[in-house]
Amino acid sequence: MQDSTRPDPDQLLADLNDADSRARRGKLRIFFGAAAGVGKTYSMLEAARSARQSGTEVVIGYVQPHGRQETERLMVGLEALPTLPVRYRDIVLQEFDLDAALARHPAVLLVDEYAHSNPIEGDPPPRHAKRWQDIEELLGAGISVWTTVNVQHLEGLNDLVAGITGVRQQETIPDGVFEQADEVELIDLPAEDLLSRLRAGKIYLPTQAGRALENFFNPSNLTALRELALRKTADRVDASMRTLGEGSARARPWLARERLIVAPGPDAQAEQLVRAGKRLADGLDAEWTVVYVETPRLLRLSEMERNRRIAVLRLAEALGAETVTLDGPSAAEALLEYAHTRNVNRIVVGRPKRLGWRAWLRPSTVTALVRHAGSIDVLVISSHVQPAVAAPPNARAAAVVRNARPVRWSRYFSAVGTTLLCTAIAWVVSMAYPSLALANLVMIYLLGAAIAGLRFGRGPAVLACVANVAAFDFFFVPPVLTFAVSDLQYVVTFAVMLIIALVLSNLMVSIRLQNRIAGHRERRTAALYAMSRELSHIRGATNMAQTAARHVSEVFSCEAMVLLPDADGRLQYTEGTVSRPGSTWRADLSVAEWVFHHGNPAGLGTDTLAGSDALYLPVTGSKRLLGVLTVHPQNLRRILLPEQRHLLETFTGQLALALERAALAQEAESARVAAETESLRNSLLSSISHDLRTPLAVISGASSTLADNVQLEPKIRVQLARSIHEHARAMSDLVSDVLDLMRLETGAVQLRLDEYDLDELIGSVLHRHAEALRGHPVTLRLPPDLPPVQLDGPLISQVLGNLLDNAVRYTPPGTQIWLTAAVDEGHMTVLVDDNGPGLPPGDPERLFEKFQRGQTESAVVGVGLGLAICRAIVRAHGGEITARNRPEGGARFEFSLPLTGQPAAAGSGGIRT
Amino acid sequence: MTDALHLVLVIEDEPGMRAVLRATLEASGYRVTEAESLARGEFEARNRRPDVILLDLGLPDGDGGQLIRKIRQWSPVPIIVLSARTMEEQKVLALDGGADDYVTKPFATSELLARVRAVARRGAHSDASLPVIRIGEFSIDLGRRRTARSDATELHLTPIEYRLLECLARRAGSIVTREQLLREVWGPDRVDDTRGLRVFLKRLRDKLEPDPHRPRFLQTETGNGYRLQLEPSAA
Repeated sequence: MQDSTRPDPDQLLADLNDADSRARRGKLRIFFGAAAGVGKTYSMLEAARSARQSGTEVVIGYVQPHGRQETERLMVGLEALPTLPVRYRDIVLQEFDLDAALARHPAVLLVDEYAHSNPIEGDPPPRHAKRWQDIEELLGAGISVWTTVNVQHLEGLNDLVAGITGVRQQETIPDGVFEQADEVELIDLPAEDLLSRLRAGKIYLPTQAGRALENFFNPSNLTALRELALRKTADRVDASMRTLGEGSARARPWLARERLIVAPGPDAQAEQLVRAGKRLADGLDAEWTVVYVETPRLLRLSEMERNRRIAVLRLAEALGAETVTLDGPSAAEALLEYAHTRNVNRIVVGRPKRLGWRAWLRPSTVTALVRHAGSIDVLVISSHVQPAVAAPPNARAAAVVRNARPVRWSRYFSAVGTTLLCTAIAWVVSMAYPSLALANLVMIYLLGAAIAGLRFGRGPAVLACVANVAAFDFFFVPPVLTFAVSDLQYVVTFAVMLIIALVLSNLMVSIRLQNRIAGHRERRTAALYAMSRELSHIRGATNMAQTAARHVSEVFSCEAMVLLPDADGRLQYTEGTVSRPGSTWRADLSVAEWVFHHGNPAGLGTDTLAGSDALYLPVTGSKRLLGVLTVHPQNLRRILLPEQRHLLETFTGQLALALERAALAQEAESARVAAETESLRNSLLSSISHDLRTPLAVISGASSTLADNVQLEPKIRVQLARSIHEHARAMSDLVSDVLDLMRLETGAVQLRLDEYDLDELIGSVLHRHAEALRGHPVTLRLPPDLPPVQLDGPLISQVLGNLLDNAVRYTPPGTQIWLTAAVDEGHMTVLVDDNGPGLPPGDPERLFEKFQRGQTESAVVGVGLGLAICRAIVRAHGGEITARNRPEGGARFEFSLPLTGQPAAAGSGGIRT
Repeated sequence: MTDALHLVLVIEDEPGMRAVLRATLEASGYRVTEAESLARGEFEARNRRPDVILLDLGLPDGDGGQLIRKIRQWSPVPIIVLSARTMEEQKVLALDGGADDYVTKPFATSELLARVRAVARRGAHSDASLPVIRIGEFSIDLGRRRTARSDATELHLTPIEYRLLECLARRAGSIVTREQLLREVWGPDRVDDTRGLRVFLKRLRDKLEPDPHRPRFLQTETGNGYRLQLEPSAA
């Protein structure tokens, strides 16, 4: 087994990442005891004092001294955060202040009573339902926490403790958080010492719970609890030994890891079964899965039983199990099939309740499992607990329980209608063929019963069966039109008829339910497929968010909204992602922010901020959180059922994939742009530095000559001064050009469109450039009726000026220049022609690039930015600029602008003389 | 070269630029006084009573436009604004606020001197009645509203055209913004009708300019306004 012992590189990397996130996380140290009064808080404070002496920053977040003097004395001198007064009903409770602790951010924080429940209905409402969640958040923020807990508060041991002491703990912590603690310190005290401390009055007991708690403190209870605590601690040590062993060399092949599944039924034993499964899995160091099979029978369960199922699945998840819902006609078959595909070696089931003849008639799931299990062990857990319904996780879930389906009386009427119809058909048939045997009429009624089963469900079908027998007796069995029976053999007929009808309708009801389940599943799959297909060809995070919100709202009949972070990482309402137009509902951004920062679901149906009216789910990508999906349901059931939650999470996963794809595409795009900008900047820099240095050299040389040589001839002085002036102007032009181009290309320039007359514009440009144009005669070719046009006058003047300058600069003196303008349907075109030497060979398009000159390294001063500026301006107007050689010789530069929303004709202005 | 040594107040924070301006102006026969801030500039303007003010728009202690409005409350002294290329909007605001002209940095000294000369002359005649102006071969008596050609044939101008010309002529050589023209010729409720303004200027050009496509006298300052150039510019 060479291969299986070699460490998997991916696994090692995952371990490293894990270790990395652990390093940033605070450390959790638990002071663990068997019962109240063993001295957990005392030990914690002692440890805190010595830690402080060795220089660690220790702050008391919350410690309830319960009036014990020794404890209070230890607290003196340690910094303590003020408690948060919370109004609950008519009293004010002093609670732990989570936000104050996060703001103070000490190295180590002491928070007593790990299993404490925060007052959910208090004012202000707590962020989390449980203190252990507060502590999770503190740890996540990098604060180390020391806390205390008793063994009876461990969720997985809850029923064992209840079995020992007869008191069921309401305040529990999930076993997972206990097991992830970095350090567990057992505070052990023999039962006798504890009892003597109790007698000495050193243990605080709440007065209202007096008797029950006093019963609790008896030697046998305390010894049992102590044993439980010792064993739990020993298990932990064992487990960490194993982890160490694995870490050094992953010697265990994957097959060796046990897998077990727990298959609870719909009965009250389910909860006990899940806890037993948890203990078993811990003992075997096995992966475990809690599996429910959705059989047709399950769909007929009462609301209470269905909700218990939800609660049990939640409990299983809290205990660290994977949960799966399968479907199939038979629970045993579905379970075994799942077990084989997942390499499960053990199945844990409850004891069957059907006994005696009923068990013989219909074998239970357990029997079927044992019969077909093959190599899989089937463990049957006996039922010994008093029926205790798992408490629903919160009040809202409880509200779902009461939301029972109304009886549909119309279906019962329809069932009776079926009977009437059957009777009418049988009557007609018996009239038409009087010789027909009565047995044939029975067939008609059986058909009716089958249809009733298929169409109307169980209750109406049974009614139809009974009504059928009655109608048959009344109308057809002699003596007709009485319920009396002349021949005793008809009693047998009735009995068989009733039984067959019931079996038949029952079968039909099952088929109907199967169909319904299949239909549900198909709709879910189809909905998911529809969304992922639509997301796959949408671009942009906002569009994706809108699409996802729409799909979620359709499938879950709710209002949905996807909140995406803006550039600063703060969540924003995304325009148009509210799925229902006109809705006044708004997501609570503060809840969403919490979810976005912690990556955990919050709101309705969760343990965090459960008072909210909506469910907030994080949209988690592979590297970071991408957003938050908010669901405001109209029917709580649609999102609180575990299957629906899982489906919702699948939707969220699809959205995360799509968003991540969008983000990657955008990153690639901006990387490409950055690279282009970089190369552009490089060429710009090299070119500018050349074109700036040349005039600078002239200016500094000439000016220093002027300053140093007072006796220069006036003629030479003037020459030098002129040279300085010329080069300074060239530099100034260059700098302006660079600045203009930068402003244009970064989009800093907003077009200020206004109405202009083209000939007036051209006239002012010619006037401004008159000096430069002195050696180049310009001929205008303007039609007399040029209409006014919408454009940015100063910018287009710059284009015209640059084109004229260009023509002057690259042609010999005396070259003729033609300036032609035309306005036609929707376009304005301007041509600047010359009869000079024409364009240099090569692609004319190149001329509009930055730093392109007609002739390389010519004596002409100035980098080729003029045409690049022209192109930027023309493009900003939505137009195009081109250059080409004229067939008759010389160059032609042409630009055209689209004229949108132009006034119809000139001269229609309001001014009259 | 001009009457009785005009005094020019230069309000500019850059010492190098102040030195160049002083040298240039004094070489052309002006007296120069300097201020490096708005506050100092206002003080100098009140106490020295300059004939022309050169005002840099980007001063450390505030916006030059404010100073223009303050000065305009008590004095019609010509103000020329010195602006950088990136200050287009401030420039227009300054012109509408009462500045007479602008020069864009960097500028040729010849251009600056031409502008100073134009406003200084006008400042001297500011109280004179409507003058007779010469545009090319026309001489136009704005007071009597009479136009004559050198060949003695008469040219007909409409009353609006007269008023437009008169408005430009009163500030000949300087920019008159479109808003100012519209307000003075048509009244305050027509200040948006730039199209009408263009139509009338075009007609004036067609009547007065030798080549209306290349106006020498009635010049357009694209985006800002119009300028009546009575003596053809150096170019």
